[in-house]
Amino acid sequence: MFDSLGDRLDGVFKSLRGQGRLSEENIKDALKEVRRAFLEADVNYKVAKKFVAGVTEESLGEKVLTSVTPGQLIIKIVHDKLVELLGGQSRELAYNPRGITVWMMVGLQGSGKTTGCAKLGLRAKRAGRKPLLVAADIYRPAAKDQLRVLGKALDIPVFTTDDDAVRIAGQGLAYAKENEIDLVILDTAGRLHIDEELMGELQQMKKAVRPTEIMFVADAMTGQDAVKSADAFHQALGIDGVMLTKIDGDARGGAALSILEVTGRPIKFLGIGEKPADLEVFHPSRLASRILGMGDVVTLVEKAQAAVDTKKAIELEKKLRKAQFTFEDFYDQLQQVKQMGSLESIISMIPGVGKALKGLPIDDHALVRIEAMIQSMTLQERRTPSIISGSRRARIAKGSGNSIQDVNKLIKQFGDMQKMMKKLGKMGPKALSGFKFPM
Amino acid sequence: MRGFFKKLRNGLQKTREQLVGQISEVVTGTPQFDDELFEEIEEVLIASDCGLETAAHLTGRLREVCEERKTMKATEVVEIIKEQMIVMLNGGSAPVDAVIDVTPKVYLFVGVNGTGKTTSIGKIGEHFRSAGKSVLFAACDTFRAAAREQLQIWADRSGADLVSGDDGSDPAAVAFDAVNAAKARGRDVVLIDTAGRLHTKHNLMEELKKISRAVDKALPGAPHETLLVLDATTGQNGVSQAESFGDAVGLTGLILTKLDGTAKGGIILGIRQRFGVPVSWIGVGEKIDDLETFDSREFIEALFA
Ligand SMILES: Nc1nc2c(ncn2[C@@H]2O[C@H](COP(=O)(O)OP(=O)(O)OP(=O)(O)O)[C@@H](O)[C@H]2O)c(=O)[nH]1
Ligand SMILES: [Mg+2]
Repeated sequence: MFDSLGDRLDGVFKSLRGQGRLSEENIKDALKEVRRAFLEADVNYKVAKKFVAGVTEESLGEKVLTSVTPGQLIIKIVHDKLVELLGGQSRELAYNPRGITVWMMVGLQGSGKTTGCAKLGLRAKRAGRKPLLVAADIYRPAAKDQLRVLGKALDIPVFTTDDDAVRIAGQGLAYAKENEIDLVILDTAGRLHIDEELMGELQQMKKAVRPTEIMFVADAMTGQDAVKSADAFHQALGIDGVMLTKIDGDARGGAALSILEVTGRPIKFLGIGEKPADLEVFHPSRLASRILGMGDVVTLVEKAQAAVDTKKAIELEKKLRKAQFTFEDFYDQLQQVKQMGSLESIISMIPGVGKALKGLPIDDHALVRIEAMIQSMTLQERRTPSIISGSRRARIAKGSGNSIQDVNKLIKQFGDMQKMMKKLGKMGPKALSGFKFPM
Repeated sequence: MRGFFKKLRNGLQKTREQLVGQISEVVTGTPQFDDELFEEIEEVLIASDCGLETAAHLTGRLREVCEERKTMKATEVVEIIKEQMIVMLNGGSAPVDAVIDVTPKVYLFVGVNGTGKTTSIGKIGEHFRSAGKSVLFAACDTFRAAAREQLQIWADRSGADLVSGDDGSDPAAVAFDAVNAAKARGRDVVLIDTAGRLHTKHNLMEELKKISRAVDKALPGAPHETLLVLDATTGQNGVSQAESFGDAVGLTGLILTKLDGTAKGGIILGIRQRFGVPVSWIGVGEKIDDLETFDSREFIEALFA
């Protein structure tokens, strides 16, 4: 719903073109846009103000004033500064070198602690640890059941009793000692940071189990209030790290910056889905891009690198630019795309495109149908789509179990796509708006 | 927990005076209504998650009024913006009427993960039961671990029937069965719990549409109300949620939960302005009676508290 900062800054500077040198006033206007981007990303307004003040000086430097692309330079300054703030590099959870490691999960209601326990448990198990999940949420109905079910599915033991939360935690640790477990992941009930009684309970639990890490679990969709809750949890417990959950949606995740500002503690993990494997180590530059509304290009590139053959990719790019892209190439692409994950998740990472295509049914089944149609084409047809006549279309439809209309649609959209690609080669990313996948 | 906002307001009287004090300084300190005053007000709005666009809209209107009137006390300025906000909140359709005009009346609860759907159903079930209505819950979250068990406990607490399916079974089928069961048993109200889902997941939104269609099949015209459960701590993403859930299943109201924390829930202003969806209930705690009907004036007062 929001324009990317890049587009905005382009707008600011475009209106100045032809007026000669930029003035300090122009730069200040641009920085207002940076602030606006931050607020739209849910960065706390005080934090945003401070940040913008911090980059103002640098932006007023000679470099920006004389740059031919001041917008991009400002973005770079802001992005770099964000990356620096967000931690520079990703960090792992700490293990206790002498004895049992205890990770304690804390946070507001509904932030994703229980799922987070399962995710960390699975990750540790895969790394060769022997984890135990301890269910100490005695308040929310069926919270213990939830952890039990998750543990069972992952084949990770779950400990709980009918005692109070502090005692369950202590008993869990004792159980771990007796059963040669080296990692205890402690689930706690969600609570409000202003609930003194329940915050006191957490402090007692901390005393009882002396956690190696206290992980604050926060929802990526959180707004301005993030500073208050994070601050209160940190004051009461001294958190060690943050897990930012539900980042697989379209929230820009600016709350992360607010949390960092008030706690000084690094974001360590991102929750990227509902399944136990949907956990990712935090990468500052990706979140920085996201906060600035620039899409998650790095992840996309990484995923693509993992799936795509570089030589082929270079060839393909050439073809794309010349619009010599054939059904054969397209089929190849489909195979590679399939290795990268669901179409939806890939598209959501492309800056600008996610928004343009939002609401369009991007259905992986459609891919399967397209695949079948291409498979029913002869090699020649794939290479020279223009020869696909009416009778050939009928054959392809029959062979792939689709209607002739489907085949017509595919061929027409493929033609459109080629034209679009041709334009794209000349015009850059803006041409993507209005672009439709052939499906 | 009746009169939650009133309590809150009294408790926070001090901070409110502080705020008005700040603003009044600005006004008396300068002969005109300068940018600083509007920035101050804008900050209050932003801090409540109203969002830049809504804040700019409101301060823009305020500026016009101030310029017309030339001089005004700070308290008056604040009153004017409050009135504007109340008008904004009262636009669009009216909040869901708790009156049961059809039997069974079917409510569908939707929202992203962890916002408070299941808990709200428990509370609303109790609300109807205490009004003498018979209630049936449909456990259509067949995905999240122990979701059915959680709803079962709320059903026990509020004396509601529960219709459920196996883990991983088709939620639309459960919804269909539940509505039919309610018809057969002559229940007054059906409350359908659904799995939390991010609004950006196409397949899951399709699943939600299917649930809604299945309900309509079992009882034409149902669901009569489709309520988006929104966490008050939600920032600007709330607009996107309302838009996507609205596009998928059509919203008739919002439930704003977790207002017992320090988050103000200002995002509902933008949602109301863009989509006209009103707030029906608010959640103010985890207990069964921590539910209230929404009062726009009280809400706005709390925002400025
Ligand atoms: N403080 C407070 N907590 C609430 C409120 N409503 C719900 N909660 C808590 O928020 C957490 C999540 O509530 P649920 O009802 O399980 O949320 P849900 O939307 O059904 O969650 P999923 O089905 O997992 O998507 C629980 O710990 C609830 O007790 C409220 O108004 N105030
Ligand atoms: Mg639920």
